[in-house]
Amino acid sequence: MTKEYLNVILADADEGNLILLERILQDFKIPSKIKTFTTSNQLMDYLRQNIMVEEVLFMDYRIPGKTCLDCLSEIKSNPKFDHLTTIIYSENLSAAEEEEIFVAGTNVLMKKPDNYKDMKKSVTDIISVTWQYHTAGLNKNNFIMKV
Amino acid sequence: MYVKFDFNTLCRKVLEEKLKDQGVKYRLLNFGEVELCESLTQEQCKAFRENLEDYGIEIIENQKTALVQKIKDAISEIISSDETIPVKASIYIAEKLNHSYGYLSSLFSEVANTSIENFIIIQKIEYAKELIINSRQNLTEIARKLNYSSVAHLSAQFKNMTGITPSQFQKIIALRRKARQYDHQYSRAI
Repeated sequence: MTKEYLNVILADADEGNLILLERILQDFKIPSKIKTFTTSNQLMDYLRQNIMVEEVLFMDYRIPGKTCLDCLSEIKSNPKFDHLTTIIYSENLSAAEEEEIFVAGTNVLMKKPDNYKDMKKSVTDIISVTWQYHTAGLNKNNFIMKV
Repeated sequence: MYVKFDFNTLCRKVLEEKLKDQGVKYRLLNFGEVELCESLTQEQCKAFRENLEDYGIEIIENQKTALVQKIKDAISEIISSDETIPVKASIYIAEKLNHSYGYLSSLFSEVANTSIENFIIIQKIEYAKELIINSRQNLTEIARKLNYSSVAHLSAQFKNMTGITPSQFQKIIALRRKARQYDHQYSRAI
């Protein structure tokens, strides 16, 4: 697939996180078109109604509204979202929570770094690999990554 | 039920069927390269493009993109080949595509947003994942097949690329399958 940009959704109740992620994505050499949501209910309403599906979703694990795990289950059970790469992030997760999130179907789990520099590195690594999955025809069911 | 795909055969078959539907004379050259023995009108080309789109097949017009695709195909060939290719990947790619490796390497980085070396590692790890899930081979056999000097080397590179170990990967996939089976049984029961 020869794509020129990535369509990205950011879902986080913290406006500061949204601004940070937007800034990092805008600096990246692969351009992105970004949409933001502050609750999971708004996000899921949008996903259900929208015909075109974005390629990447960054979602805070503790987003208010429907739980992150329920959102993941809904996304994974609908073939419409087969091409959507999901990235769940949080500051602190137990090993059991991590496993639960992966089993629910996320592609990437990101331990949210506490500073801009590390956050930029993590997001850059994730987008680079995501880009390869989208452009090199790799099997997205096997896209499991932890950063 | 689980099924295993041979992507090369699958793609070739779909492409051949679509070309036959189009009713043009053609010759399949290397993987991903088709020689048309007659030229298509603009409308035919548009219809053919749309016909292929549903299968995730795209006609590449840009020469640079086409060359990068050939590099990717050569890399897949090196990795999935049952026989060990006796030269370094860089020499193999340069000779196969008849360009200097320096040129191919910088073109690849510019178009594919990663280096050839990194792409080779990504593909190797992806192939390792397929084998972990779909073959009965253990990690030692997989490491040998993919030309790693040891299981430790494969595991380290796997962890470096994905952030998890091969056994964690295997466990997540197994748990996902189990959860899906449970959902399926549950939805049938109600």
